[in-house]
Parts: sequence; structure tokens; C-alpha cells
Amino acid sequence: MTPRRVVILGYGMAGARLAEDIRRADPSGERVALTVLGDEPHPAYNRVLLSTVLAGGLDTPSVALHDEHWADNLGVDLRRNTVVAKIDRAARKVHLADDSTVDYDALVVATGSRAWVPPIDGLRAEDGALAPGVATFRTLADCAHILDQIRPGAPVAVLGGGLLGLEAARGLVGRGSLVTVVHPRKRLMERQLDSGAGRVLLDSLRGKGIEFRLGIEATRYLPGDGLKLADGSAVPADLVVVATGVRAETELAAEAGLAVDRGIVIDDSLRTNDPRIHAIGDCAQHPGTVSGLVAPAWEQAAVLAALLTGTDPAARYHGTAVVTRLKARDIDLAALGETHLDPDTDDSDGSDDVEVVRMADPARGRYAKLVVRNDKVVGAILFGVPDAAATITQLYDRGTPVPEDRLALLLGRALPEGAAATGVGDLPAGALICRCNSISKGKLVSAWREGARDVPALAKATRATTGCGGCRDAVSDLTAWLRAAEPGQ
Amino acid sequence: MTSTAVRAVDTHCPYCALQCGMSLTGNEVQPREFPTNRGGLCQKGWTAGELLTNRTRLTTPLLRVDGELRPASWGEALDFTARRIAEIQAAHGRDAVAVFGGGGLTNEKAYLLGKFARVALGTAQIDYNGRFCMSSAAAAGIAAFGMDRGMPFPVTDLDEADVVLLAGGNPAETMPPFVSHLSDARLIVVDPRRTPTAERAALHLRPAPGTDLALSLGILHAVVADGHLATDYVSRRTNGFDEAWRIAAAWWPERAERVTGVSATDQRRAAALLASARNAYILTARGSEQHASGVAMVGGWINLALALGLPGREGSGFGCLTGQGNGQGGREHGQKADQLPGYRKISDPAAREFVAGVWGVDPDSLPGPGRSAYELLDALGTPAGPRALLLFGSNPVVSAPRAGHVTDRLDALDLLVTADFVLSETASRADVVFPVTQWAEEDGTMTNLEGRILLRRRAITPPEGVRCDLELLRDLAVRLGQPADRFPVDPETVFAELGAASRGGIADYSGISYDRLSAGEALHWPVPAPGHPGTPRPFLDHFAHPDGRARFAAVDHTGPAEPPDAEFPLQATTGRVLQHYQSGAQTRRVPELLAAVPEAYVEVHPDTAARAGLTDGGPALVSSRRGEVRATVRCVDSMRPDVVFLPFHFPGAQRANLLTNPALDPTSRMPEFKVCAVKLGRPE
Repeated sequence: MTPRRVVILGYGMAGARLAEDIRRADPSGERVALTVLGDEPHPAYNRVLLSTVLAGGLDTPSVALHDEHWADNLGVDLRRNTVVAKIDRAARKVHLADDSTVDYDALVVATGSRAWVPPIDGLRAEDGALAPGVATFRTLADCAHILDQIRPGAPVAVLGGGLLGLEAARGLVGRGSLVTVVHPRKRLMERQLDSGAGRVLLDSLRGKGIEFRLGIEATRYLPGDGLKLADGSAVPADLVVVATGVRAETELAAEAGLAVDRGIVIDDSLRTNDPRIHAIGDCAQHPGTVSGLVAPAWEQAAVLAALLTGTDPAARYHGTAVVTRLKARDIDLAALGETHLDPDTDDSDGSDDVEVVRMADPARGRYAKLVVRNDKVVGAILFGVPDAAATITQLYDRGTPVPEDRLALLLGRALPEGAAATGVGDLPAGALICRCNSISKGKLVSAWREGARDVPALAKATRATTGCGGCRDAVSDLTAWLRAAEPGQ
Repeated sequence: MTSTAVRAVDTHCPYCALQCGMSLTGNEVQPREFPTNRGGLCQKGWTAGELLTNRTRLTTPLLRVDGELRPASWGEALDFTARRIAEIQAAHGRDAVAVFGGGGLTNEKAYLLGKFARVALGTAQIDYNGRFCMSSAAAAGIAAFGMDRGMPFPVTDLDEADVVLLAGGNPAETMPPFVSHLSDARLIVVDPRRTPTAERAALHLRPAPGTDLALSLGILHAVVADGHLATDYVSRRTNGFDEAWRIAAAWWPERAERVTGVSATDQRRAAALLASARNAYILTARGSEQHASGVAMVGGWINLALALGLPGREGSGFGCLTGQGNGQGGREHGQKADQLPGYRKISDPAAREFVAGVWGVDPDSLPGPGRSAYELLDALGTPAGPRALLLFGSNPVVSAPRAGHVTDRLDALDLLVTADFVLSETASRADVVFPVTQWAEEDGTMTNLEGRILLRRRAITPPEGVRCDLELLRDLAVRLGQPADRFPVDPETVFAELGAASRGGIADYSGISYDRLSAGEALHWPVPAPGHPGTPRPFLDHFAHPDGRARFAAVDHTGPAEPPDAEFPLQATTGRVLQHYQSGAQTRRVPELLAAVPEAYVEVHPDTAARAGLTDGGPALVSSRRGEVRATVRCVDSMRPDVVFLPFHFPGAQRANLLTNPALDPTSRMPEFKVCAVKLGRPE
């Protein structure tokens, strides 16, 4: 049996993961002969961790997904520094920039996305490259470029108040930059957050020293000076970090005549309109998910590996429930599902039995909104309540019915566990004092009445305190309480 | 009748691996100062003497005649057993007779049982219930450190700890006096349930069952990203960090949160707490180990310990809490399917030659490795499997995974022989039951959770009709054609032979003698020579791999073998309660313990109970793909709504192990006791 030739275009997080998953299912390469084409010079790296690199938590080698020997060890024909010129569907060939070709039986487009730079005067030089003092925040090279340009105490402007822009801003302010975020909308992370959460997030980031210009467009970049805004004001910046979103890298696919909308259109088998060509990750568009996150790419890779190796021909991808998590030091924000549902303000006709529970504590930087339908979590925004975020995410992912006490859920475990310790006198007689020996308060009281008047005597009479010794204080308190309750005291 | 000694004899508790010091006067227990328990005893220990005079104590052999167990003489029972063994082996080969041991047996019994299987029976088919207990921790410890000594430091070292992370352990119930060693430490407890141990924690991390590895990876990620990596230690004392990190790099805490349900904030707090400590320990127990990926799960916690630079440093370390009384010694001297005494490999030609030399047999006559515990039980009575089983110190009808199936396999045997001191649920199904001595009625050594060898002296005379297992093995061996002197019955003689057989092995006992132990020496193995002081902390200078370095494990999260689905939407986890020990065969016979916890129960979140139409204190039926269990509902507010808990000590229709999943770890062959998919309903 000759192995099928599978060619992956792209050695980023999606392509690398797919190659790993294929080799895990087919370690000896008897089913699939694998070629990976990537244009970057270094091994694939974990893009999710770039904000941690920017913030100083990890260094560049730490975010590599593979070492130099990965491809050789796994029997993958990996070609880095390789630029693809075009896809020839009829001949089932990929043409490379150096005029050589690679034949395929199945082709996977995993070309990812690129940073989108808004058409603001001055951001690009005449040749189309970014102007000096302007950086996108998408690649390891971008990260190195930014770190090279910043100096403590010098001003930086971040264009974009979405997830990536805020993570960059938080990282840079942590390194001592004076950061201003410029965002054309009035609300931060408006795709995920409602106005209440946006406000708490804004206050919280301001508390870290980040400044904001919201609801206003930048109109011009003046190198060495900063950004000019639509109202004529200026934001000083030695460096402008552009984090205004990404666009799917679909050029090759479109030129080859594949169906492209925002991304390359795929079905549940991760197929494009050419059944021999698949697409996964940021360059792909599946109705069940949004792009730009790694979780869908990894789930798609797992399904496609099962299909391409034939280990599970029934594998299908049905979409990924999205949980957005802001990775920024000292800020705990999760947003998931239908965060904008609100029966009070929406033009709801009342037929939707959606239930919204909300808690706002702006003074302490906490905000929680829970959207429930038919006893299941369908959306939530959770800020500054990490326990609730973790618990509600699991309820959402697993489809577990929501506990009846919704408010306790929003408060996390603070409520049941924070209850003040009860004094020993208030405990019922059946309460266990010495767990090691199953000794209840009632038994100790009886022993005390029979003459065991201190801890050693009670220990001898009941064995309380003779296990781990952890209840010694409680037994001591009990003797004091009993003594105080005696007639004549 | 039992005749009792008048004077007090110092001994150790018959139950768990803490081996609390106690003294026995007749059957009266008094706690005794000893480093592990410092004069403390739990309710099981206090009442341990009860079994010595219990009216259900077996004092005569039983033989099944016309379907019923009837009293028989030792001679009859021995002759019958030997004859049937010979017949079965003649007809079906040597491997048609299997042996199953236990982690509560003394070192002497465990050693002689292994020798009996390999030499007198010539069978490869021997394993023991420690496979269900310590095997994952053992395999992970060997991979990481080159040696499996549960705690490679004395328990009392923990007294000085600033921070202890305890993964999947509930010692406040399972070994209560141990907790006194943690009283000054800030505890991080990893457990899906809010156990009595978790209630004492400074930080309770509550992962979904079966997600411990994702949690340890998330914390490892936080250790690195937050600048806590012990870079110098990692480069000087370890190998393999880069490969382990490449996996952990993909488990940033927010991702681990989504899988585990433990907040990223808490993962970072755990990392910071551990890193801030001058002295810190990471300990694992069954909660992280009893999984089909148990070895990887323990590997994840070891990775974390190595990244923080804890193992092999005085005042810090990694260890596992051994469960059964002789869970440590029982896994070292040859009752394991792939093992010879001294923690030697039965597949290693040099080990075979050495041990065969001690035994005076031809190395080629020793069988090779056999089936692991569950695979052995699963094969019983099948065309390719054993047709007879000799069972010592175990009760698999209650304690094995998928217990209903295991019971069917036991029933399919041509011959089931048990040696026990009570008629356990398994013994009651046997063809032959031998009444054997227990704990205070015999001499013998135990190796406790810190690798210290303890001598338990005979404190009382056994009841008439009861014999020591060593004698039973000798009498069977002789009937099977072995020379009597090859199977000594005097424990001290057996121990000396064990020492010789372990000489040069990893678990080297050759320098230990009853005299040294009687003199009160604290000897932790290896003790390679009579003048050697023992090795309380074996890794201070170097680990046991040839290059002296510890190894990170490149392990990744896979998750439970049986995820919940629409039909079985909940996850069940099993465990122990304070008042009972293992299958409960002993503790259910102690009235005070039975009164405290008389029956099986299921802990469930009140909402989950209400949705299933159940009420607190009412009956419930818990079902999995493998069986159903009747248990009384206990509504517990702190339970995760998608998880239920059942203790596994109860018999019959209350056996939690009717539910459990026998998916096995690829390396340790540990079954997945700790998580399976279930549903809740009302019994008809």
C-alpha cells in the first residue's frame, strides 16, 4: 500500500498540530506521507503565548512548538522558508516560488491569518510596508520588533481595544511603557462585553496605569510624534502597536478558485468545495465557530487527522463553543456564549424564556452576568470572579444543568465556604468534633458531665484528640464553654 | 480459646501504611509514641484488637462439599488442594494455576508467596492487589527517579514543610495521625471533593475527575511563565525538561481551567505558594493514580516537583502516600507479575540467575512475566486463562474493578483456594478456605510508607486451628514435591533468605536483621550491609538512574477513559471513609466501626439529587455500563453537580466497584477506579 501524499500549506499552530495528530495516528507513515510547507524560518511556535512573551513571562525559545529535529524524528518532510506560488487543482500540484512543484493526493490549507492594518494615513510607508515606529502584533518577529523599540517611560499607543490590543497594553505597561489605547468604539471588547463589563474592565485597566481614548478614530500617524485623532487631539507615541484585528490568509485559495467568504468555506469534514482540499484554522470559515482562536484550530486538526489517516472516517467537526479569556496579569475576565442577551433591553417578545442574573461590584472591580435558558448556561461574562468563571465555563462546556442557587454560583465558592466559623457552643449535639474517632459534641458533653473536666480527661474517656490531634482546640473550647455554662458561673 | 499474653507488647496497627505504633495487652490497644503517629490512633487503630477475638474468626479449614463450605481438618484440606493443583496442572499446564496476593501481607509472606508460585507451582500467573493501589506511583517513580520508594524521606521531615501540595489524597480520613505532620504547613489539596483534608487546606483545587494531569500542566506552565522555574537545579540534576515543557507550554492556565474547572488564578496561586516556600513537598495518592492514565498523571506532579527543584533536596521532596499496611514491602519482593525479590525484573537474565541461585533452582525453570491483576482476574476460567486460583490477603469480589464480572470469573474457576482469617465475600465463594494467623499472632516485618522496615512481634497466641500462611505454603509445597527446607516457616529465617535474595537489588534488605530491628534501629531501605545505617533520604546526592539525574516525563492530558454522555451524564468517583479499611472485610466486623458507617452511601449535590427524584437519606440506584449499586443518598452542598462519590467498602448490591471501569494504564496496568460515567435513579 502506497501512503497517500498529504501536503499541508502552513507551519503555524494549525498546520503543526495537524502534522502531530497525523503522526500520532500513523506513527510509521504507512498511511500518510506528510509534507509541510511553511514560509517562516524557525520552528512553529505557540502564538497564544506571544502576549506572555511581550509581558516578559516567557522567552522566545520557550514558545517553540517543536525543536529542530521534530520533522526528522517524526518522518515529516518539513520545508521551512518555503513560499507557495499557486495551487494547481487540476494537476494536484502546489507550485513553489522557486518554480519547483509538490504533488498531493490531499491538500490542507492552513495559512492562518495576518494582521489587518486600518487605512490610516502614515501607518504604511509608500512601498506598503509598515512605517518606522509602527508594529503589528501577530508574529514572533512582531514581538521582537516591539520589544526592541520600547523603552521604560516612553509613550506607546495601542490601536485597538479588543482582546489582543488589551493584552499587549497590559504587557507593555508592565514593562514600564506609558500606554494609551485608542479604540474607535465606546466600549472595550465590544464583541464580547456588555456595557457594565466594559466599564469595569476599563476602570481596572486604568488602575494599572493604562490611558484610554475611546469612541474616537485615529486619523493620522506622524512618525516620531504620535497619533492624531479625529477631534484634533494627539496621542504621543514613540511606537504604535496595531491590534485592530486579523484577516484570513485566503489569497492562494481564492486564486485557485476555492469558495472564499471571510475565510475559506469548509463543511463538517473540513472540506472546501474541492473535495481533495481541506482548510483548517484561522484561514477557514466554518459556520459553527469564529476564527482567530486556537481551540477551534486544534479541534479541527484532530478531526481532519482522523479523516486523512482513515482512523475514524466518521469524525466530523461541528463547531467550537467559544470562551474568550483575557490573559493579562491581575485581570481575570472570561466571556462565553451569548453575552449580549438581555430581556430587559432587547426587543424581546417575551417568548424567549431567557433568564439573566447579574451582579456588579464596580468598587472592587467585579462584574458577573449569567445568561440561562432551559436551565443551561448559554452565555456569561465574568470579571474578577475566577471561581465562578471556572465553574460556569465547565457548566457551559459540559451542558450540566445550572444549580438552583444562581447567585451562589456567581459568587463562586466565596459563599458556602466563607460562612463564619461557628462557635463550639452553637453546634448541635450530633456535630462531629473528633473525626478520627467519630466523637460528637454530645459524647464529649456526656463525658464532661460524668466528670471528665479537662482535655486529657476527655481524651481518656472518649478518645477525642487522640488521632491527628487537630480537634484539640475545639475540645478545649468546649470545656471552657461547658464551664461557663455551669450553674454558679 | 485464645490465650493472651499478660504483658504489653509493642506492635503496629494492622491497617494502613502509616503503621502507627501501638502496644497490645491481650486484645487491648494503647497508642504508643512512634515517629509516624506520635502517640495518635484513629478509630480503626483503637478498635483493632476487636478482630483478635471476633466471633466470626475462622479457626478451622473449610472445604466445599455438595455446594456448601464445611469444616475439614488441615490434612484433608491440604491434601485436597494439592491433589487438585496437581490434576489441573497435569491437564492444562503450569499456568493453569494462578496466585493472587495482597499488600497487607508481611514481607516474609509476600516473598515466600512469590517463591512458591515460581518454584513450587512453576506458574507465571501471580499478581496482587497492590496493582490496584501503588502501581501507577511505582511506575512513575521508577521512570523519574530510577527507584520506587513511596516517600524517599522520613514522614517527620514533613513537620518542617512550609507548603505541601497533596494530589488526590484524603489522609484526614485514610491515615488520620499522618495529618499531625502537616499541621504547620500551608496545604494545597487537589481533590474533586471537599474532603475533611480539603477543609484544612489553604488552597483547595477542585479538578473535574480525571483531569489532574491538565491541572499539573497548567501549574507547571504558571511556574515557568511567572518566573519560578528552578533553572539551576533543572540543568544540574534533571534531564528531559525541554520535551516536558513543550507539552506544558500548550497548557497555559486559562486552557487548563477550561478542562479542569480550576481557575487560572488558583493555578497561579498554587505555583506561587509552592515557589515561595523554603521547604515544600508534593505528595500524590490514589486520586491521581487510579486512572487509565495514572502513570502520566503522577509524572505530571513529578514534573512540577522537579521544575521547582524539590526532589532530592533536604527539607523538600516528592513522595506518594502508600495505602495498604505493607503496600511498600509488598511491591518489592516478588508477588508482582513481572518481578523477583529486591525489586528485580523477572525478565532480566542476571536477576533470574541471581535469585535462582539463592533458591537453589535452575534459572531456566523460573517462569517469565505473567498477567497483571485485572487481566489475571479477567482471564480466570476462560479457555486461555487459569483454572485455579490461590488467594492470599485480598477480597477482589469487593475490591476489584467491574466487580460483578470479576465475581463471575471467580465462580468459573475449577478451584478457588483462599487463605484468610475471616470469611470474606471472596472466601465465601471458595472451594477451600484456610484459616490463617493475623497481625498480632505472628512475627513478621512490614515496610511502611517511608520505606522503613518494622518488626511486628507476636503479641498473643493464635487460636487453636489457625496456622501461619508460611506453614500453609510449606505444607502445600511439600505435597507438590518440593523439599521442606526450601520453604521455611520461621519468619526470621524467611526474612534472612529474603535479605539474601534482595542483595544487590534496588530494594536491598540484605543488611537488615531481626536483631537490628528488635534493637529499635530505624532502617530505611536500601540497607546493603549489616553495618549500613540505612538510607532515609536516598536522593540527596543523586537519583537512582545511572547518570544520577531525575527525568522529566513528556506527558500530556488525555482525560477519562469513559467520558460522560447523554445516557450516563454524571461521573462517579470512589474512595474510603475513616471507619473502614479497603474491602471492609475486617472493619465491618468491628461493631463500633460498623455502627459509625453501616452501609454504602452516595454523596450527591442536592440539585442533582432533586433532578433524579432522590431525597437526602433515601435510597438511590447508581448505574454504569457495568452494573448498578444501591446506596443511601447523602446530599452534600459542596459536591460538583456532575459528580457523585461512593465509598467502596461494602458488599453485595452495595459494592461501588460494580460500577468501576477496568480500563487499564498502558504501563502500570492500573484500572480506572477514580472515574466512570454513571446515572442516578430510584430503586424499584
